[in-house]
Amino acid sequence: MGKPLDIPLEQLLRELTPQVLGSVVRRFRDFAAAEDAVQEALLAAATQWPDHGLPENPRAWLTQVAFRRMTDQIRSESARRRREGEMALEASRAPNATTIDAASAEEEDDTLVLLFMCCHPALTLSSAIALTLRAVGGLTTAEIAKAFLVPEATMAQRISRAKQSIKDSGIPFDLLTREERAQRLRAVLHVLYLIFNEGYTSSAGPQLQRVELSREAIRLTRSLQSLLSDDAEIAGLLALMLLTDARRLARTNGEGDLVPLTQQDRALWNRQQIAEGVALISATLPKGSVGPYQLQAAIAALHDEVARAEDTDWPQILALYDLLRRMTDNPMVALNYAIAAAMLHGPTKGLELLDALKADTRIANHHRWDAVRAHLLEMAGDRDGAVKHYRAAAGKTASLPERNYLLMQAARLSSEPRLGNGQG
Amino acid sequence: MKYILMMNATKADFDGYAKWLKEDLQRNVAFMRGFSKELKDSGVFVATEGLGWPNEAKMVRAGKDGEPITDGVFAESKEFLAGYWIIDVESPDQAYKIAARASGAPGPGGTVGSMPIEVRQVLTGFADLGI
Repeated sequence: MGKPLDIPLEQLLRELTPQVLGSVVRRFRDFAAAEDAVQEALLAAATQWPDHGLPENPRAWLTQVAFRRMTDQIRSESARRRREGEMALEASRAPNATTIDAASAEEEDDTLVLLFMCCHPALTLSSAIALTLRAVGGLTTAEIAKAFLVPEATMAQRISRAKQSIKDSGIPFDLLTREERAQRLRAVLHVLYLIFNEGYTSSAGPQLQRVELSREAIRLTRSLQSLLSDDAEIAGLLALMLLTDARRLARTNGEGDLVPLTQQDRALWNRQQIAEGVALISATLPKGSVGPYQLQAAIAALHDEVARAEDTDWPQILALYDLLRRMTDNPMVALNYAIAAAMLHGPTKGLELLDALKADTRIANHHRWDAVRAHLLEMAGDRDGAVKHYRAAAGKTASLPERNYLLMQAARLSSEPRLGNGQG
Repeated sequence: MKYILMMNATKADFDGYAKWLKEDLQRNVAFMRGFSKELKDSGVFVATEGLGWPNEAKMVRAGKDGEPITDGVFAESKEFLAGYWIIDVESPDQAYKIAARASGAPGPGGTVGSMPIEVRQVLTGFADLGI
């Protein structure tokens, strides 16, 4: 084997891969074959560049090699040659480095093309997530499998089926109408948000590979933001991720137990990242096309900006949750609104709002409804009610760390000595 | 979302299974193999295991000195875990559909079975208190 790769070369290749892959997929419309061709081009680069030096236009070099591989592949498959004869002809007039270079606007879009394709409506969310991490993020199948705690073979199958679904759907992705494009972009943001969430919500400990998921989501969102710098929601999502991720080290205590935001040790928050997030959302909101990610980012900024929980600007947060709940139908937003209302106007107000939510079947049986009720009942001094609802929530949650947290709250409350005057 | 699909059976069930005709056994084994393959091909498979028979099962308790005290398991009506599948799916409904498939494994004479499969969610290691 040749000499080991320099770290910078590996990084360069990793950055270029989605762009090159996007170009090949856009031209040839066959994801799986495109991936193989790009892999071969990367291998060629990894072998030749350390010896011969970096080409003047590395991206064009890779693209050209990958294009050639694709045409060779097409020619050697007689059945496909018949169907895609036109395409083979077109491709055999292989563009050289300068023609690829000249179409710079088209090039910039190719990572975007890839992102859009990975969040195709034919795919389930978990497939879209896996495909995005694979194709755009450049994670290996093994890394993705590890991150999602499934066997590698399962993840490989999931990704393979996702590619097939896209192929079968047959829709040429660069012929999306404006409305479809907007919809697809929302899907992309949703997938990126989910990837971030997967990484962020993992408990501390031996799951460092999940922390990398948050980093990856931030990286992908950053690059999306640089491609579509006018889009306010992308900026909002990036700000939200930065502001949320900034609190990561304070989410769990030394024993690995969860710590709610208002009780976190703020000295552990990443002030630099908070500053970046705050600057970003402050620059974005005035643009006027306010959306849910921007609102969530603004709320996160309000939490993160202050040195002590007591200084939190609850009136502003309440107003933002109010805007958010008018904008989205998300029942979790309604829950957070109730909490903010309680922080500002007292627990009785919050409990009223919670009761009103019981009519929403999505939320009535959700463990968070019980958890929030317990929290507010505790605030109101109804200890027995709080204990009951903490335990109910513990029985419903699908999360082990959350269950532990909720049971601990119940245990703490039920073991607290009762006050002499009958309160609590 | 991860779910565990558990096949439970009494000692009588196990004893009965041991007395199945050869073709019935072969059919059932083939079904189970095919079922696992289906799970793998559809990208939902996480794990599957078959467990040793209850005749060999031991109940272990800590003795006074920390040494294990082992005992056989005798209750005839007690249900034992025969085996399980762990799957990673998009929704509870998907889990139930797959469990129904497992439940339909062929019994004696090739009749489509309807054995109860217990479906429980596998708790995740991640959490979002949201407060």
